[in-house]
Parts: sequence; C-alpha cells; structure tokens
Amino acid sequence: MHDLSLADIISGLQAGQFSSTELTQGYLARIDELDRQLNSFITVDHKAALASAEQADQQRAAGNEAALLGVPIAHKDIFCTRGVRTSCGSRMLDNFVPPYDATLIQRFNASGAVSLGKTNMDEFAMGSSNENSFYGAVHNPWDTDRVPGGSSGGSAAAVAAGLAPAATGTDTGGSIRQPAAFCGITGLKPTYGRVSRLGMVAFASSLDQAGPMARSAQDCAILLNVMAGQDPLDSTSAAEPVPDYCTDLDAPLSGLRIGLPAEYFGEGLDATTEQQIRAALQELEKLGATLVDISLKTTELAIPTYYIVAPAEASTNLSRFDGVRYGHRCEDPEDLLDLYTRTREEGFGDEVKRRILVGTYALSAGYYDAYYKKAQQVRRVIRDDFMTQFEQVDVIAGPTTPGPAFKLGSKGNDPVAMYLEDAYTLAVNLAGLPGMSIPAGTADGCPVGLQLIGRHFDESRLLNVAHQFQQATDWHQQRPSLSQETAA
Amino acid sequence: MSWEMVIGLEVHLQLATQSKIFSGSATAFGAPPNTQANAVDLAMPGMLPVLNAEAVRFAVMFGLGVGAEIGKRSVFDRKNYFYPDLPKGYQISQFEQPIVGRGEFVIPLADGSTHTIGITRAHLEEDAGKSLHEDFQGQTGIDLNRAGTPLLEIVTEPDFRSAEQAVAYLKSLHSLVTYLGISDGNMAEGSMRCDINLSLRPSGTDELGTRTEIKNVNSFRFVERAIRFESARQLDILEDGGSITQETRLYDADRDETRSMRSKEVANDYRYFPEPDLLPVVFDDAYIEAVRQSLPELPRDKRQRFADEYELSDYDAAVLSDSRELADYFETVAKHCGEAKIAANWVQVELLGQLNKADLPLSECPVPAPALGGLIARITDGTISGKIAKQVFEAMWNGEGDADAIIEAKGLKQVSDTGELESMIDEVIAESPDQLAQYQAADDGKRKKLVGYFVGQVMKRSKGQANPQLVNQLLAKKLS
Amino acid sequence: MSIAEDDIAQIADLARIRIAPEQVAEVTDSIGRILTLADQLQAVDTTGVEPMANPHDAVQRLRDDVVTETNQREAFQAIAPAVESGLYLVPQVID
Repeated sequence: MHDLSLADIISGLQAGQFSSTELTQGYLARIDELDRQLNSFITVDHKAALASAEQADQQRAAGNEAALLGVPIAHKDIFCTRGVRTSCGSRMLDNFVPPYDATLIQRFNASGAVSLGKTNMDEFAMGSSNENSFYGAVHNPWDTDRVPGGSSGGSAAAVAAGLAPAATGTDTGGSIRQPAAFCGITGLKPTYGRVSRLGMVAFASSLDQAGPMARSAQDCAILLNVMAGQDPLDSTSAAEPVPDYCTDLDAPLSGLRIGLPAEYFGEGLDATTEQQIRAALQELEKLGATLVDISLKTTELAIPTYYIVAPAEASTNLSRFDGVRYGHRCEDPEDLLDLYTRTREEGFGDEVKRRILVGTYALSAGYYDAYYKKAQQVRRVIRDDFMTQFEQVDVIAGPTTPGPAFKLGSKGNDPVAMYLEDAYTLAVNLAGLPGMSIPAGTADGCPVGLQLIGRHFDESRLLNVAHQFQQATDWHQQRPSLSQETAA
Repeated sequence: MSWEMVIGLEVHLQLATQSKIFSGSATAFGAPPNTQANAVDLAMPGMLPVLNAEAVRFAVMFGLGVGAEIGKRSVFDRKNYFYPDLPKGYQISQFEQPIVGRGEFVIPLADGSTHTIGITRAHLEEDAGKSLHEDFQGQTGIDLNRAGTPLLEIVTEPDFRSAEQAVAYLKSLHSLVTYLGISDGNMAEGSMRCDINLSLRPSGTDELGTRTEIKNVNSFRFVERAIRFESARQLDILEDGGSITQETRLYDADRDETRSMRSKEVANDYRYFPEPDLLPVVFDDAYIEAVRQSLPELPRDKRQRFADEYELSDYDAAVLSDSRELADYFETVAKHCGEAKIAANWVQVELLGQLNKADLPLSECPVPAPALGGLIARITDGTISGKIAKQVFEAMWNGEGDADAIIEAKGLKQVSDTGELESMIDEVIAESPDQLAQYQAADDGKRKKLVGYFVGQVMKRSKGQANPQLVNQLLAKKLS
Repeated sequence: MSIAEDDIAQIADLARIRIAPEQVAEVTDSIGRILTLADQLQAVDTTGVEPMANPHDAVQRLRDDVVTETNQREAFQAIAPAVESGLYLVPQVID
C-alpha cells in the first residue's frame, strides 16, 4: 500500500478499496518500523492522525468529496500547526506549540488531508544536508550513510521511503529541489508568492516559498492545486489566477523549447550525473522538445548574492526569538542582556548563528551598500538574465545538484563547501522563478535530479514537462530498498 | 556671549484607526494587558504584516494638510533593535522613502504674528508596547496592547528658537490633526508624544551646536518645561567652557529635570533595510486627488473665513476656530440665530464660561448648538432681553427645555406693549418726585445719566421683562 | 574581506548572541570565508540598477480598517516562559 501514488490513493479512497483509517494505520506502522533508520520525522501524533482519518472516513460516508479527503501527508516542521509542536528543527522552538495553523495547513485541513506528523529539517531551514537539525541528522533511504539533502530532508526521505505518500516542503535556495534530487522524488518550488507564507516560520522573506514533494509530477500537481492561491494575510502572495495544475499534464511537448545553460554543465559537475542528465534531456527531445544551448552568465553570482540576501533577511527574521513570549528561555537570566544573549546562544545551532552574524554584518552601518544593497542590485541582474533567456526558450533545464547525495559529515566545518552544493538552485529563488526536480537516473547508486526552471507562474508547464518525462521513463518509480533487516 | 536656542521636534502621533497598522487587533486605549495583542502583534513565528488602508489615508491627509509632497511610492523598512516592548526585534518604519515629504507649517503666535517652520518629513510606523516597572519580584512586565498602533512620525526642521514657538507649533499641530480627524490628539493617553532635539549656538552663527534629544514628552506644559530646563543646563555647561554630550535624555516631570537615559548608552546601529514582508506603497494622482477632496476646512482657512464672513475680530476668529468641534458649534449657533457676532459673544463668554466652571468638555455640553441659536434668536427678535436670556440659558443648562419652552413656562416674555409700559412709567415717575426734579433741573448731558434710574425702576417693576429700548423711548417722551 | 575578532564581538553584540570565548576564533574564520565569497559581488557593475526587493516588483495591497481579532491572551500566554497578571515578565528594564 505504501507504494501507491497520491492519484491512486485518491481513487482508491473514492472507490472504497481501502479506508483512510487503514491507510493511515499503514503509514504510521511503517514510520514506527523504519524511521529509526532515517529520523525523518520530528513529531508523529498517532492518535491525532488516526482520529482525523476516522473523521475523514465518516465524512466520506456522509458524502463529502473534498479533494484530499482522508489522504495522509506529512508536513515539514516549519509550518505552524495548532496544538502540535512546531520546532523548525531548533532547540529554540523545541517547546513551541502554536495556537494557530499556517495558511497552508488550513488549506490542507480544508481539503480533508490527514497529517501524519511533522518532518525533520535543517534548523530554521538553513542547510543543504539536514545535518543542522536539533533533532539529529536525517539519513538518505538510498544509503543511510548519506545525507538526504536539505533543508526539507525529512520530507524527502519520508516520501522516498514510503513513510508518507507526499509531503510539504519549503525552498529558500533549493531546500525542496535538492533533497528531492538526493532522495529520488519529485519536488516543486513554485513561483515566489504562489503559496502563502503565513504561518511558515520565516527564513528569508523574499526567497521563501512552500511547495509539494511527492512521487510524481502528477502528485505534485494535485498538491499544488490545494496549496496555491493568494492569501489576504500575506502581502507578498500573488494575485495571479490559479489554474487547475492537472489540466495540462498530458499536453504534448512538441514545439517546446528547452534551454540548456552552458554554466550548468561546467566545472564541478559530477561526470555520471552529467551523463544521466544529458540522457534525460535526449528523452525530452524524443518527446518532441527542442534543446537549445543557452548561456546564463550570471550563474556564478548566485552563491555570493544569495549568501548575503538570505542571511541579511534571516538575521532580522530571527530577532523575535528572544525568550520573552514563547520558545526557549535560558535559566535564571541575570539581566535583560543576559536573557537575550544566553537564550539565543543556547537556542540556536552553529549554522543559524553564523548566518545571523553574517546578515547582521551585511546590514550594519558602513557595510550595507557594499553588501546588502549590492546583492539586491545583482539580484536584479540575475533575474534579468533569466528573463532574457526566457524570450527564446520556454523551460530551462539542467542538473539539480552537482552530484548525488554526499556522505554524512563529509563537508566538514567549512560552510562555503556546503554552500557550493546549491550552485544550480539558488538563482531560481533570487529570480522568484518556479523550479522542479525530477528523478532522472542514478549515480553511485543514488538518485540524480533533473532541474526544470520555468517562467514566473508557469508551474503548469513545468508539471507538464515532468509528467511527460515520467510517462516515458520509470526513474520516479524506483524505490530504495529499505527494510527491517537493514536497520542498524 | 549670548546664545541662540535651536530646536527641532519629532512628534509621534497615534492615528485614530480602529485596528492596528499591520493587524486586525483593536487599538482601543485602556484594555486589560495583552488582550489586544494577537499573533501578528506578538511576533509569533510565521506571522506577517498587512497594511491598514486607513492609516495610509490619514498620513496622506496630513501631508496634504501641510502642503507637503506626497510620496507616490513609499517603502517600509525594518529598524532593528532589541527591546522587550518590541516583539519582532525590529520596528516596521519608513526610512529612505517616507509617505510624506517636505511641507510647511504656519504657526500663529500669541502676539498675532506668525512663524513658519519646515516639516522635513512624516512617515508611518508601528508603536511599541509598554514596559510596566511595578515590582514583579524585580522584573518588568510587558503589555503589548499598544504594539502595532499606527504612528505618524512628524519631523520638523530645526526652526524653533524658543519654547513658546515649540509649544505654539504643537498646539497648532494638535488643532490640525484633530481637525483632520486623523488622531484624537489625547496627550494624556500618549496619542501625541514629542521628542525634542535641542542645541545652543552663539547668537549670529549658523553652525549647529551639539544637540541632546529629550524623548517622549507628553504634554504642552512639559515640553515647555523640558526646553527651559535643558536649555539652562546646556547654557551652564557652555558658559563654563564645557561641551555638550550628544545623548538621549528623559524629562522627569516630578523632578522637573532632564536626565541621561542609561539604557540607550550603547550606540545603536539600526540596520535599516526594506521590509521584505511588505511591498512598496504606490499611489496614483486620482487617489491623492480623492483624499484632497475629502479634506475638511483646515484651521487657518477657517480662521480666515470666520474673520471675513462673520466680521469677527482676529482674536474671536482664532478662539472659535481653535478646535473643529467648537468651530462647528459656533457656526451652528450662528446659523440658527442669524447674528454671528452675538453668537460669537455668547459662545465665548457664556458657553465656554459655563463649561469651564463645570469642567466639562464641549462634547458633554448639555446645551446643543441649535438650542443656543434658538435662545439668541429670542434676543434678536425682542422676545427677551439679554439679561433675561442669561437666566434662560441657566435653565437650559439645567435641562429644563429649549428657550421658548422656558420663556413660556416662566413667563419671561419681554413686555413690549406700549400701554402697559406707559402705565408702569407713569407709576415710577409718580413715585420718584425727587429724581424727577433733579432730572428736570439737569442739562442734556446729565439727563442721559439720570434717565438710567428711571429705566432701572421700570425694569425692576417689570421683573426685567420690559423691552429696554421701548422703555427708553417712552421715558424720553414722558420726561421731556 | 577579512574580518577581525573585534568585529565579530561587535556584531554578536548587535545580534544579541553570546559567543563563548573559545569559539570566537572559529566563528571569525568561518564568517571571514563567507564574506570572502560575497566579495565576488564587488566586481559586478551595478551602476543604475535598482535594488530588487521583490521578484515581481509588485505593489502593496491595503487592508480595510476593521477589527478582526479577538482576545486570545490565554492561548498565547499558555506557551510563554514567564507571565504574571497578564503581563510578559523580563528581568528589570532600567531607563
């Protein structure tokens, strides 16, 4: 049962082949059985999940036909959930139980979905390996010595391992796409503003975007239908009309122009990964698309730009964690300064502190123009570079990551080495574009992700391309062999 | 050496919106602590600001009211600092692109002259919460009800040269914003708080001296006192050859002194940058024009109109246009009685006198403006005399009904029946042979004075109800 | 861009984060590396380029001035570290 796609689950529930309670019990049992190896969940509330599954079954019996009625999914622990601890992977919020739901959670609840639990993540979504969690690293189900990617590593590992049919994630610089690539699942980062940020713990406000992580493009389309839309409580959410993302999935790819930026196939790209990506692109060509060599000259600027803009915004977004109104508070503060400095020393992990300090520096007197303002200017240059390319191509494609999942602990203590992992994903956030990662082969026994980048609000086209690819290939059907026996 | 005082003011004005600037929480004053502080105001994780349209409109109204440039594109910024009454660790404010740019403010001074000062800018921002220092076992209590109340920070050029000018400005500003209806202007409740930037320089020089900033002064009287104290303090230091430390000071009303704020000693680096949770606020001309059309008549226009249209003295026009409420009251009275000058007199003397005596604000006045107009109409049509009218006014104040009802019930109608008056006059003359003799012996000049006795007697006999003009006419005839 | 340990102390102060003395050197080193990475930006000619604060160059929507929130003090203060008489408590603030 854990191999079912979301589409299968929906039709199975509708046809009465199984109940939501049975499904939910099945996934919970699997989590109990296998998650010790993966550590992909921070919080699982069996009772609440089963109660909501039973309720969904009753509602179905009463004629309710909500889109995801009774469908179990997992949520990244960055989304505030009423009455359920929302830690954001941090000691700072280890005791935080919000009295409200994020807009995204409200939408899933309204659609009848059942929450299995909250998935592990890099602390405050800062990381590319999921090693930065207060709750411990997540392991890649394809090879538990490897990272699942980050920051939505728990969601990616859970979906890949069949602990949940789908999950939500967030992507500030690649946090949906990179773990999706590393774990062999399909992940979509929508256009900035497509999905409400309300109730999603903020990392970098002008970059953060929530999106679906699932087994296939079709499943992502089903989820995005529930997630997308303007939120009057999020000023940055877009007024753009929301299409039915399932409608265009079957459109043929003939006439589609796919741009291949030379910079995404250059130095630093693992050879096997490149080979797999090129093979996948040929597959798309066979499906009728035209491949066009292009150049995105600003590619190398994405890392330095991102690592100023994101920390700057994060440094002030995280000022609210001060031990006064909620969350961690140090014991017996001597005075106000001690309350602040010790609470924040204890509550934040090393990478979070590092980024707060970098961001504080970039905004401070005398450095603002050279760092923050400059980075925001370069950001426009990067976006304009994409816009120019989109005049001649419909989609830009390349590898999601420079190589397959790396080993836990292998990046050492140099933050910059870790940042280079994001070389292909960051620019998409800086430009506010939609981006996807779909499984497109394996390297070193682990999945390789093909990244598709679209024009603003052109998620339908990305899903169409991905779906067509998945109709012709079976990379997205491959599963890691994870069983009780391999448990440590 | 003689010294010149240079003052610039920053006023934090709470805007009279129903809800907060970035959330749907109420802004009412005096609610139990933290009952008007919700997820956004408490900076709960994931919460986002959404801008209140009314706060924006009020800011634009102010800008138009001082003839300022309106920022057609204004941007909110984060001002970063840690303080327990600032839940997000930053205040959403405006830095480089405020909603209101340069403007001008003409202040009427007590001597009838005016002084023009420059408005540098006015920007929207959110208020902080309150720290309560009552002892909670050595701890401070934080109430965040006020956090997120919309503020308009109005910054002037350093154009004031005396405490009087500063206070006159604040009074005019108070009048303007209450006219506009954008703030209740209640200083006691903190709706209008003033920061004073003050420095001294040798008279005749242009360069500014080192200034101190006195924070959060919340009454006109305290502003005046704080300026007097601080300028004297600085003068002492400078005359002794010392130098002024640039710092933030606090005015302590109990001790009537300013003192340095220890907690602000560390130089702040506010790290302003554009608030990424909000987008630029952009207006078109049509919006600004619509707001302009909605503006009420402003204090100085009204003052001028009162002087021109009702032929009031400058003084009367100024008093009556001081608040929109009083001006509206006066105009209603004038309209109902048709005699603006008499109305002006009655409003200023009788009405304000009674209110003052009873310590009531105009809003709680028991005599509505149309009723007072009705009373004055009875004077002008000769139904009652001015003297009787005061008696009627007393009765109206005590809730005994409108003028006509009281005149009727108490039988106060003026006697204008010639026959009746003539017989009264005859009786008075008959009873006053000495005065009559005196009168007849006197020359014209003295007679004018002596006739008063007879008028008084007639008025007394009529219990004040005789029409005094008619009595004078008839007496003149009878006595000649 | 090299950054000194003193600079780190100053930023840590602004950010209200205590850094244990034994960690200062390591933190300084890693932040120095990140800033060196960022220094690549200085080579980009951005003359006349408007800083991009929002990917869509969209403008702010306005909310009607309506009170939509009700008192939820109890729920919010149930998760607070220290409250008394409806107030959040912090160590004495001295002005």
